[in-house]
Amino acid sequence: MSEGIGARVLRKEDKRFITGKGRYTDDIVEPNQAYAAFVRSPHAHARIVSIDTSAAMAMAGVETVLMGPELVADGIGNIICGWGVTSKDGSPMNMGAWSALATEKVRYVGDAVAIIVADTKSLATLAAEAVVVTYEELPVVVGSLQALAEGSPQLHDNAPSNLIFDWEIGDLAPTDAALETAAHVTEMDITNNRLAPNPMEPRSAIATFNDAEDHYTLYTTSQNPHVARLVLSAFYNVAPEHKLRVIAPDVGGGFGSKIYIYPEEIACLWAAMKSGRSVKWTSDRTEAFLTDAHGRDHVTTAKIGFDKDGMIVGLKVNTKANLGAYMSLFSSAVPTYLYATLLSGQYNIANIYCDVQAVYTNTVPVDAYRGAGRPEACYVIERIMETAAREMGVDPSELRAKNFVTSFPHQTPVIMAYDSGDFATNQKQAQKAADVAGFGARKAEALGRGKLRGLGYSNYIEACGIAPSAAVGSLGAGVGLWESAEVRVNPVGTIEILTGSHSHGQGHETTFAQIVAERFDLPTENIKIVHGDTDKVQFGMGTYGSRSGAVGMSAIVKAMDKVEAKVKKIAAHVLEAGEDDIVIEGGAVKVAGTDKQMLWHEVGLAAYTAHNIPDGMEPGLKETAFYDPTNFTFPAGCYICEVEVDPDTGVTEVVQFVASDDFGTIINPMIVEGQVHGGIAQGIGQAMLENVVYDDAGQQLSASYMDYTMPRADDLPNYSVHHASTTCPGNPLGMKGCGEAGAIGSPPAVINAITDAIGNNNLSMPATPAAVWTALQAVSSKLAAE
Amino acid sequence: MKIAMTVNGKSVSREVAENTLLVEYIRDHLRLTGTHVGCDTSQCGACVVHVDDQAMKSCTMLAASAEGLAVTTVEGLAQSKDELHPMQVAFKENHGLQCGFCTPGMIMTATDMVTRYHTQGKELTEDAIRHELEGNICRCTGYHNIVKSIADGASKMTNV
Repeated sequence: MSEGIGARVLRKEDKRFITGKGRYTDDIVEPNQAYAAFVRSPHAHARIVSIDTSAAMAMAGVETVLMGPELVADGIGNIICGWGVTSKDGSPMNMGAWSALATEKVRYVGDAVAIIVADTKSLATLAAEAVVVTYEELPVVVGSLQALAEGSPQLHDNAPSNLIFDWEIGDLAPTDAALETAAHVTEMDITNNRLAPNPMEPRSAIATFNDAEDHYTLYTTSQNPHVARLVLSAFYNVAPEHKLRVIAPDVGGGFGSKIYIYPEEIACLWAAMKSGRSVKWTSDRTEAFLTDAHGRDHVTTAKIGFDKDGMIVGLKVNTKANLGAYMSLFSSAVPTYLYATLLSGQYNIANIYCDVQAVYTNTVPVDAYRGAGRPEACYVIERIMETAAREMGVDPSELRAKNFVTSFPHQTPVIMAYDSGDFATNQKQAQKAADVAGFGARKAEALGRGKLRGLGYSNYIEACGIAPSAAVGSLGAGVGLWESAEVRVNPVGTIEILTGSHSHGQGHETTFAQIVAERFDLPTENIKIVHGDTDKVQFGMGTYGSRSGAVGMSAIVKAMDKVEAKVKKIAAHVLEAGEDDIVIEGGAVKVAGTDKQMLWHEVGLAAYTAHNIPDGMEPGLKETAFYDPTNFTFPAGCYICEVEVDPDTGVTEVVQFVASDDFGTIINPMIVEGQVHGGIAQGIGQAMLENVVYDDAGQQLSASYMDYTMPRADDLPNYSVHHASTTCPGNPLGMKGCGEAGAIGSPPAVINAITDAIGNNNLSMPATPAAVWTALQAVSSKLAAE
Repeated sequence: MKIAMTVNGKSVSREVAENTLLVEYIRDHLRLTGTHVGCDTSQCGACVVHVDDQAMKSCTMLAASAEGLAVTTVEGLAQSKDELHPMQVAFKENHGLQCGFCTPGMIMTATDMVTRYHTQGKELTEDAIRHELEGNICRCTGYHNIVKSIADGASKMTNV
């Protein structure tokens, strides 16, 4: 089957995007539409003394100005974190109150204070500027270490020392004992820089309230419209679920930042009800920097011990995680269950202990961004493995290889049970593709041109398709993490797949159709994927954590199993054969070994006319399924980065980037490679270019594309992408997930390469020319002094 | 004020506020929503259109400045609904897009760069493509397949 599993099918969704016919939220216009703008705090920490809206209200064309106290009085609930994390001492996390519009205090620059609804966007913006808010400024804290220090300004009354939780995993005493007796110990301070996700489509929402039907509709830039409806309904009390339709149409990238239900969507829904107008809000880019959840921001110390043969005996890690001013939806899970559970990397480590202190600061809330916790874990283990190898004077790839987990299933000391993998094959394949053997010659040649060449490894493992529901529930998740699907075979034989997964660049309209084409031997042309609308799709948990393949497609497979069984029953009945003799191939349903057959569409028609179906069978051909995974999946691989540094300027060029990944079954290699390319670009961006910077007053200095360095075409290399797959035993298609691997695996490879080139291991991300040059001067002057 | 220009081959005239940006005129007044806005500082290039056959960031130009000029948006690039522009075909065939948001600007920049290099008799190397894309940001693809698409589109355009 040319369009089935493994085929490089060109994307069905592309035509509308390349011709300008995509339909993103901001493209939609509702009748009677007004525009919203938000009054935002210019201070990082302040008490609201008074708000004077009179000048704004007096402007012609301003519909209304609404504020926090009224929102609270109307019963709109506080924004919540959906994953409860328990501290070492058994106490629950300290979740501070977060109202969609601030009531008494503002806690970061950008915190929303009021919403303006006006006839035009520019009028709404002008009116927002006319609102006079009097603030009493309070002391500010932006860094996690400072926030925990004694006497630091406190953000929330219920979080002394700004501590949200002090959590631990693993066994402390045996880990300490192992490190005590280790033949070699490597210790490092490791910082994971704060990033802004930056999907190219800014967030947008259009809320409509129909007072005759007491019903809301919300168009929004969401990765998970059903979760948005659930949270808006059950926790924010906007409307019960049957009176709230959430539609996420074409969405221009997410990378995690569009998982959450932000103050703006809540306020737009509420303002639509209050004003009687459809209320549209579209973020501008600076607003996105100020309000979209950021990623990473960990400060870590790590210690790893080896025996005399170079085998790891223990790993001890402490991390301070900056969660910003409020707890975003999944913020607590990111530096805990999505982070410390991956610290074992690809290695056999008998003893691991990690504790994590999560803290409030006067900064934008931090939550999952592409990789969410796993990039931070990978960065810790892969930086420290490389560093340990250099300290011990052994080949970094050999030190890794001798510690690889080689038999599966493998239970780590930090919850995860790896189900499959072949780390050595991926490492060898990457080494071959990167021509590691020829590196010495390339390094010498580069030196002849005055350039310092370095090579760095990263052997990553991560966890996708987060699940099973009961397991994540026991770890504190407020939701189940299954997926649902519906397969509708129409009377003419065409098929609609309704899925709870959401595509915002991943190409589901193509790959999901491919698995259906494979199963029923039909052209993808006859298959349509429907997603992103709570009125159409029964339910869904959405797309994040690389779950659409392993979980979303598995639900489709389960529903297809039911359709296939019914198709075979109908055909067996009509063709007077045994069900076991029926086969589906070539657009027909056949009795094997005979010339008796029904065409595929004839079975569809038979199901719907119901003139001749088995006794007692319900008419129709539509099945639904919910799929709950049995385990996480574990994509893994080996990335090798090669750089050249100009020692005079610190300017660093990535001259080669090789990836060898194990993603399990691959449905469409073209799309999977594209996911890896994009992930690596974001990882190189983190390692060399991107950084959210705050000054001491809590002002974000990097809140535009003039200030925050987005990777551009001339910053990046071509990528050499390879696969060596093992089948995932945990789901019917054997898939592992590919959406985040690139962003997880690449940063340590880049930094390991640069530190190799300059001979100084003391280098933090982003490795800007100034940072690289400074690190190089430090070793040069040290060498000169010696 | 009333302004008149040619958009995608058709004469159009509208009454607009003087401070209306060209991108607002295209999106909000003409309802051609293929042209996008991805930033506030003329950095991202999602809004690139052609004005008198030159690539322009339509977020950086007043609609009034296009008075009497010919504007082409991504909607006007294909010959017909069945015959896509070779650059559009190249983006599809090389998987040069994922979420699609930056794509219209990428394609408009790409066709402009190919035409310019061709007219000047210069070779559009991979380095040149990457350099020319300085004003267009993509967050999904890592540019690998965009660069491939443009190289392929360039050969398709010159072979026409």
